[in-house]
Amino acid sequence: MTRSEAPQTIKVSKEKSIWTGYQIVLTVIIVLISLTCLLPFVNVAANSLSSKSAILAGKVTFWPVDLELNAYKAIFADPAMVRSLLYTVVITVVYTAFSMVMTILLAYPLTKKRLAGRRFFNTLALFTMYFSGGTIPIYLNIKQLGFLDTPWALILPGMLSTYNMIILKSFFSALPGELEEAAIIDGANDFLVLLKIYLPLSMASLATLTLFYAVGKWNSFQDALYYIQTKAYQPLQLKLYHIIKGSQAVDIAQMEGGTSTLATEISESIQPATIIFATLPILVVYPFVQRYFVKGVTIGAVKG
Amino acid sequence: MTVTAGSNKRRRRSWLQDWRLYVMLILPISFYLIFCYKPMAGIIIGFQDFNMFKGMWGSQWIGLENFRFTMGMSDFSYALLNTLWLNFLGLICGFPVPIILAIMLNEMRSIAVKKISQTLLYLPHFLSWIIIGGMVLQIFSPSTGLINSTLLRWGWITTGIPFLTDGPHWQATYTLVGVWQGMGWGTILYLSAITGINMELFEAAKIDGANKMQQIWHVTLPGIRSTIVVLLILNVGQMMNISFDRPQILGNPQVRKYCDVLSTFVYRTGITNSQFARATAIGLFQSVVGLILISSANFVSTKLGEEGIW
Repeated sequence: MTRSEAPQTIKVSKEKSIWTGYQIVLTVIIVLISLTCLLPFVNVAANSLSSKSAILAGKVTFWPVDLELNAYKAIFADPAMVRSLLYTVVITVVYTAFSMVMTILLAYPLTKKRLAGRRFFNTLALFTMYFSGGTIPIYLNIKQLGFLDTPWALILPGMLSTYNMIILKSFFSALPGELEEAAIIDGANDFLVLLKIYLPLSMASLATLTLFYAVGKWNSFQDALYYIQTKAYQPLQLKLYHIIKGSQAVDIAQMEGGTSTLATEISESIQPATIIFATLPILVVYPFVQRYFVKGVTIGAVKG
Repeated sequence: MTVTAGSNKRRRRSWLQDWRLYVMLILPISFYLIFCYKPMAGIIIGFQDFNMFKGMWGSQWIGLENFRFTMGMSDFSYALLNTLWLNFLGLICGFPVPIILAIMLNEMRSIAVKKISQTLLYLPHFLSWIIIGGMVLQIFSPSTGLINSTLLRWGWITTGIPFLTDGPHWQATYTLVGVWQGMGWGTILYLSAITGINMELFEAAKIDGANKMQQIWHVTLPGIRSTIVVLLILNVGQMMNISFDRPQILGNPQVRKYCDVLSTFVYRTGITNSQFARATAIGLFQSVVGLILISSANFVSTKLGEEGIW
């Protein structure tokens, strides 16, 4: 009785359930690896909400010990910090807008085989991916142009990514050429074809590139460290860098009421709190935009 | 004769007809000229005793003196060797991880778990190195950090592991964090390559009695071979390039000899200490060697019958 039934139940369970031993082991491994990407945040967030003594005693793991919000209060009470956040948003938006215009203006003509000099312009763009003047000549160029220590130094020098341009170019090339021919017969010129046909048809790719540019700028820190001295022009990442490297932590605490007791109280939690403060904007949008990124990477793999 | 005249005429007409396309090109091409090609001319200061006030054209030419001087600096040798060594470590430890991870993700049958895992795995790619660096400094801190405090509490160690304050430990931490940051994102290209494999090959392998491991070894891996080769070659071509953010945020004076790399060395020499000409010389050296490396990489790739990168 049992003997004859046993194979049947196994067969049924094989068809109904995907959870074979192999799958369980696989899932456990993947979940553990994935957790290594999440738990550091949980730990840093827990630190940011814990008291100094708990952190120093090494008691904090994934849950706040002696919950306190002083570090966050200090951050939000510091006008420089909040202004820096807004300033970074503005820089990111302006940069992204400029970048998209530049990328579209270059990618579109380069897809036109009839364009005389196309190969030349293409090479001009591609060469910059493999060779550059180097850090110092670029720095001196910015200085000579008068952009040093102005927000323009964060916006203009990197506003066209050849890599992103190639992604858009390969997308434009994939659109059927008949669309353009038909529009030209109807009397449209190149500007109109680009605006009314190509751009509306490539919304998904444009969204992807917009995100590439925006996240890149939001996270960029090197250019700010090189070109910006004035505190008011420092984007969030540079502020965060100084706080992490320990040169500005006290500034924030003293800003708030100027009490040195607070400064010592939050000396351990201010760094994790600032990290969380700077990460939150990314974490909020991330789940919604992630798939666009994945798409961009696979398009980008197509040879330029 | 008539044919040539006709095609000339047509070409001229198309030049005129396409004026709008050229108008579009004005901004991006000016961008390249001003922000990419103009600095390339600035490379000449690497051969000068550059003086800010005399400018690029008024400074004295000193040939290769800057190169001779900087390459004689012990700091330069450390920076060069660390660059190559850290990149090598990153490649050896980091390159296989996304491949294994992609194969594992592809094997997963539970779509929900797979989606959530992927979302988590891609996350580090979206964070700046400043944020990751800040977290690393927190988590790997010698006494209060999560790892050391946990190990101490469990009694596995008696003193904190100097993850960031001892040279070799620092290099291991640097590499590990790099692998961690890039592993999820790196799976994307492999996953899309795996979906491109003909399903019938798996069916055929199954009918021939191949188990999971044999299927992976004989079908999946050969199926993504060209992706692996191209990415490997690209990585090798990048050996001289090292990002600035990661060594800059993770490094500290205690491990200077182990953490200083070309990018941070150029920053310190050129921008912090204003030795523009010497830093330019180092940058040029790095660019030229980098260009040679990537060209050779491309050459090897095409010779192997794989697609080149340009």
